Amino acid sequence: MSSMIEVKGLEKSFANNKALASVSLDVEEGEMFALLGPDGAGKTTLMRIVCTLLDADRGDASLGGFSVSGEPEKIREIVGYMPQRFSLYGDLTVRENLDFFARLLGVPRRKREERMKELLEFSRLGGFVSRRAEALSGGMKQKLALSCVLIHQPKVLVLDEPTTGVDPVSRREFWRMLEELKSKGTTILVSTPYMNEAERCDRAAMMYAGRILFNGTTDEVRSAFEGEILEVKSGELKRLAARIKEVVPTRFVQILGDRIRVVLPAKYAHIEKDISALLLTEGVGTDGIEKAAPGIEDTFIALMEGRDE
Amino acid sequence: MNIERFGAILSKEFIHIFRDPRSVFIIFILPILMMFLFGYAIDLNMKEVRIAVSDQCSTSLSRELVSRLQSSGYFKVTRYFEDPARSDDMLLGRKAQAVVIIPRDFEERFTVEGDASVGVVIDGSNANTASLIQGYIKGFFGGLSMRGQKVPLEIRPVMLYNRDMKSSNFIVPGLVALIMMMLGALLTSVTIAREKETGTMEQILVSPIRPIEIVAGKVVPYLVLAVAIAGLIIAIGHFWFGVPVEGSLAELALLSILFLLTALSVGLLISSVVDSQQVAMMLSLFATLLPSTMLSGFIFPLASMPLPLRLIARVVPATHYLVIIRGIMLKGNTMGQLWREIAALSVIALVFLLAATKRFSLKLSSGK
Repeated sequence: MSSMIEVKGLEKSFANNKALASVSLDVEEGEMFALLGPDGAGKTTLMRIVCTLLDADRGDASLGGFSVSGEPEKIREIVGYMPQRFSLYGDLTVRENLDFFARLLGVPRRKREERMKELLEFSRLGGFVSRRAEALSGGMKQKLALSCVLIHQPKVLVLDEPTTGVDPVSRREFWRMLEELKSKGTTILVSTPYMNEAERCDRAAMMYAGRILFNGTTDEVRSAFEGEILEVKSGELKRLAARIKEVVPTRFVQILGDRIRVVLPAKYAHIEKDISALLLTEGVGTDGIEKAAPGIEDTFIALMEGRDE
Repeated sequence: MNIERFGAILSKEFIHIFRDPRSVFIIFILPILMMFLFGYAIDLNMKEVRIAVSDQCSTSLSRELVSRLQSSGYFKVTRYFEDPARSDDMLLGRKAQAVVIIPRDFEERFTVEGDASVGVVIDGSNANTASLIQGYIKGFFGGLSMRGQKVPLEIRPVMLYNRDMKSSNFIVPGLVALIMMMLGALLTSVTIAREKETGTMEQILVSPIRPIEIVAGKVVPYLVLAVAIAGLIIAIGHFWFGVPVEGSLAELALLSILFLLTALSVGLLISSVVDSQQVAMMLSLFATLLPSTMLSGFIFPLASMPLPLRLIARVVPATHYLVIIRGIMLKGNTMGQLWREIAALSVIALVFLLAATKRFSLKLSSGK
């Protein structure tokens, strides 16, 4: 396995705002890699530098073996980049948009029709070829945008929050498309604010305030969690949650369906006893409390806690 | 330059233009509206100069002079009074644009010595109208003869090329230049600013596209349109306002394309520094309207400007184009006679286009 995207010590500032502070990263060929983090973490800036849209202040990055500073035009030939904002032409139809990008991205004339047909099938937009892009639903817009950047069969896909603001059904369908692309060997770097989406990726990096907090396989991310996670089942979730919040900071307590989930990062782990005691007085026995396995989001919360010291 | 990529931008641009009713309006209706509005509003002809007469003489001869003024068709006597001290009030109160003062000894000197004199005070606050009024007054008195006696003063201003002093001949070519400059810069700057604003620029930059392909793909459609518009407004000028086209229409078309290239590259330059359509629009209007009306010789003659302004006027494309279009339309100039202006305009076009292409960046300018 060789690296498809390599990022070394990238730094970038806008005015006085440090968007990236020494970021290093490796994405291997054929891998699906997630960039996680809240708004303003530096995900977009990192992706733009990798796609040669922005110059870094310090450090270097390469994609497909080409340096972003040395051969940006080579990178622009082999990458498919989907910006965060919907960036197709709203007044052009689905077909016109696809045709425009096919010509822009150098798809030979004789292959164009065939590529378009494949992509319309892949994205299930076949019934909408004559509809203007602005009249598509949010999910369809994203599928069209993906199809447009796939038209030249790029080796690498860089997708900036492709599922933000998209309904859950379309989101699932979009990820199914990504998984299909990955199975055909496309390297994918995708950013998302939804931690659960990262579970579908091979590896993930967590970004916050221009830095990478943790970087590893999704299993590694999960097991990097230090602390305890409790799940409490009860008939009176709301009242119990309020009681628990008396001893635990509110941000660690969440009601999930039929249970209360309490995430206790390492330094709060000792509170566990207090919660058990409290729950006992509320009539919830020890059998009502279960320890749960950490998810990626839990690691993120724990890492953020450790960072704020 | 890759023809396929250039063609992709080009054909997409035409779709934008014709699918958006607003752009069709701006591109075709606005110039026509402007042409008619300005064509009528900027009327430098004076129909009836409002005149006040201070008649201290008050004889049959002086009254004859007044009635001759009135019936000449150029003047309208709005006030008739005696005391010459009230002349200032007439001008300040805008009751008249000029005051004719007939002195007490007018008839006596006219009949006895044969060289009577009349005083004229003209409102000089508007230099253009003042010089016109002066011309009318001179013309009137120059041709005046009363009781078989001529007034000795003989001044006959001769107007070349615009003999009948028709201001549309003077204004229409200037309007053509103004509209083309404004529209050219506006359309190109806005179309690129729009791609930046909606984020499509970010999308198309991640492709093997070269700056020249984007620039050419953006410029050519608007050049084609602008040429069509130029033809349209020149036709309006010719058939509606009656402005002649003495010279070669083909030469005029060729040189108009050269001028349009400078307008479009001004638009490109503007778009390289702005990120929003609004700012692009404001900046385009500011950068083209002001110099093209004030510093081009469109309305105010350059010869009467101080040196620094005259130097600035040299780099305003409209300055040179105005000489060209007026020369071809009114005087029947040929390209050979206009070589200086053609050379200047070519240099300006080349510099602007090179600068615009060079400044066009394939990177994003900010983190937004």
